[in-house]
Amino acid sequence: MATLTIAGKTVQVNDEGFLTNPAEWTKEIGAEIAKQEGIAELSEAQWKVIDWARGAAQGGKSPTLRQITTGVNITTKDLFTLFPKGPAKKVAHIAGLGKPEGCV
Amino acid sequence: MAEQNRHIAFICSKGDLDMAYPALVMGWAALGNGIDVTIFFTFWGMDMIRKSRQDHLEIAPLANTAMKFSMMGVKGVDNAGIPNFMGGLPGMTAFATKLMKDKMEKLGVPTVKEYLEMLVDGGANLYACKMSVDMFDLKKEDMVDGVKAIVTAGDFMDMTEGAQIIFI
Repeated sequence: MATLTIAGKTVQVNDEGFLTNPAEWTKEIGAEIAKQEGIAELSEAQWKVIDWARGAAQGGKSPTLRQITTGVNITTKDLFTLFPKGPAKKVAHIAGLGKPEGCV
Repeated sequence: MAEQNRHIAFICSKGDLDMAYPALVMGWAALGNGIDVTIFFTFWGMDMIRKSRQDHLEIAPLANTAMKFSMMGVKGVDNAGIPNFMGGLPGMTAFATKLMKDKMEKLGVPTVKEYLEMLVDGGANLYACKMSVDMFDLKKEDMVDGVKAIVTAGDFMDMTEGAQIIFI
């Protein structure tokens, strides 16, 4: 298993750079990964999604997009605006979770 | 040269309930992963985007050899099929459709209409086939709002240059 030093912490990651142990995640790590994903600074609305995803994660897997829009109570459009070009991957990556297991 | 984003184009040619879902599920997954999505509706697939039809797609047990009694909740008979003559009885298509819809609702699978709205909101581009529109005497107003335009096969070729194409 590869490791990565990010925001001053060494964490375990998979081939794609996703954290494999959600417990190693910190907000600073999340902010740093967000930068890699092209989000210079996470807004309050973006943090809301990340925090919710972490709370709703089961077995270290990120919730699906539909679970996020329902859980956070935002529209699909909003979610794709907050995390353009691949919200499922981006939310999971930033939140230190695995990719969602469901299809919807 | 700037790297081109991955692009998947689906051609939806079927109007059966079960055949409507593959493009919806895969298209949604593609958007979630940052892949551009184009969906071209043609022939019977037009029903997926027709206002009057999209909520009424059905699945017919007739001549569907994969449809077994086990799908109706009968356990331990994975290979016991529904005889074709039964599939031809009045009400069987409605019955099979209801079973599938109930099951999907239980699993939280969105309806065709809702799925298409999600896809459009997520940035998918929907197009209707010109020849099918002419053949079925349709107008743009007959289709749901998310449909961007009525295009020819040639237009489709132009807009999917470099894309991966999936025919359903």
